[in-house]
Amino acid sequence: MIFLANSLTSPGIGVVIWAALIFGIFFLILAKFGWKPILAAVRAREEMIKGSLESAAKAREEMHKLQSDNEAILRKAREERETILKEAREVRDKLIAEAKGKASEEAEKIVEKARAGIEREKAKALADIHEQVATVSIDIASKLLGEKLSRTEEQEKLITRYLKETNLN
Amino acid sequence: MRILKRRITRGFVCSLLTVLFSLAATAQEEHGSSGHGTPGTGTEKFNASAFIIDHVTDSHEWHILTTPKGKSVAIYLPVILYSREKGLDVFSSKKLAHGHVFKGYRLEEEGDLKGKIVNVSETGVADTENRPLDFSVTKTVVGMLFAAIVGLWIFLSLARSYRKTGISHPKGIQGFLEPVILFIRDDVAIPNIGEHKYEKYMPYLLSVFTFILLNNLIGLIPFPPPFGGNVTGNVGVTFVLALCTFLITQFSGNKAHWKHVFAAPGVPFWLLPIMIPVELIGLISKPFALMIRLFANITAGHIIVLSLICLIFIFDSVWVAPVSILFVVFMDCIELLVAFLQAYIFTLLSSLFIGMATAEEHH
Repeated sequence: MIFLANSLTSPGIGVVIWAALIFGIFFLILAKFGWKPILAAVRAREEMIKGSLESAAKAREEMHKLQSDNEAILRKAREERETILKEAREVRDKLIAEAKGKASEEAEKIVEKARAGIEREKAKALADIHEQVATVSIDIASKLLGEKLSRTEEQEKLITRYLKETNLN
Repeated sequence: MRILKRRITRGFVCSLLTVLFSLAATAQEEHGSSGHGTPGTGTEKFNASAFIIDHVTDSHEWHILTTPKGKSVAIYLPVILYSREKGLDVFSSKKLAHGHVFKGYRLEEEGDLKGKIVNVSETGVADTENRPLDFSVTKTVVGMLFAAIVGLWIFLSLARSYRKTGISHPKGIQGFLEPVILFIRDDVAIPNIGEHKYEKYMPYLLSVFTFILLNNLIGLIPFPPPFGGNVTGNVGVTFVLALCTFLITQFSGNKAHWKHVFAAPGVPFWLLPIMIPVELIGLISKPFALMIRLFANITAGHIIVLSLICLIFIFDSVWVAPVSILFVVFMDCIELLVAFLQAYIFTLLSSLFIGMATAEEHH
């Protein structure tokens, strides 16, 4: 195995120089025209992907925010509508109640007035009738008793008493 | 899962036994003949050790096959030699085939300098002291060049496709290769070097990963040339790669890194004469381990596969072939994993060393 050691592990200077030359040229050409554009393109793509992912996330977030804003606005609007409706209902109820109260009061007043008027008219009419009846009675009595019967106080009292007894009602 | 695991272990044990057995067999062979390790020549006894070593070591020719008549078919690669006396010489390695002497050079086929080119005198005596500098385009160089061209082609077209698609989703080849690039970035560079400093080292880490991976994979495909070379199993290649990591680590080392080497915090000053050499050895040993790990793993894989193939010729029976092939397929699956694993480990450790050297001081 000695000669294995010799021929395998003792390379000629030629191979070393050729290897240096070939690898050197390989490296220089690829460093300038190969790896540089490849790595640049890969990085550009990665940056673009990163950027677009970020902007997408941002857009999504914004959309989310907008959506929640919309929801909040909608909820608020709905609440407002509710309160407005409630208020309106209350106002209506109040108005109706008020109107009802007023109307019944008014009606009562009118009825009261009417009743008072009627009472008054009735009393008036009764007094009138009393008078007329008295007059008629006197007339009749005078006619009956003669023309000489004068109108004295006692007579009148008497007549009134009679009248009350007769009770026209 | 458990069954699979048991199967894998059993397979592994079996293959290990086979390898041990074959190594024992080759050890026996070595005593017998020292023939040129080519199977199928018939008359000579098969020398598996030589055959395997021939395949995993570097060579000036790309041997394809040897015909039953003993004629070898090979791709002869260019030889480039330089010496102060003779100057530069470029010629085909066919001129040196079969021990021929050309322009006073000879390719040694035996002994310590097997596979190396030496100067020979008029009388045919090799001058082992004064050897020419060998810059030949060897098997390793061709394989490496091929891998580099494939890599450049793949990744330059990938870069072009990125220019075309811009920042839209990955298409076609991008979908296949982008995860690899992202893996190196997100799971190797960023965790080890840090979010702020990793970018500077990305080109190197990606280059070293793809270079090793492509060479490993191309080395696994046995045929035709330029496939099947043992590039990352050549210690010269792994030396260069480890040296790159070493230099990058040292040049990007910050104050804390050097302080740790020359005045390790918490170490009494009288211990420093011992600690400084230890730390310096530590600096070297890290990339040295990188070099050896890659080289040893890939070479071992090739040796195992070749040993399993050699079983057929050692037993000299076609009935061994199915078993042998089964094991080779199994080993190739493991080697596929190893090809990725070793490229990953080399890159991971490189980034780890860089990360350690650039880490901010916090005690």
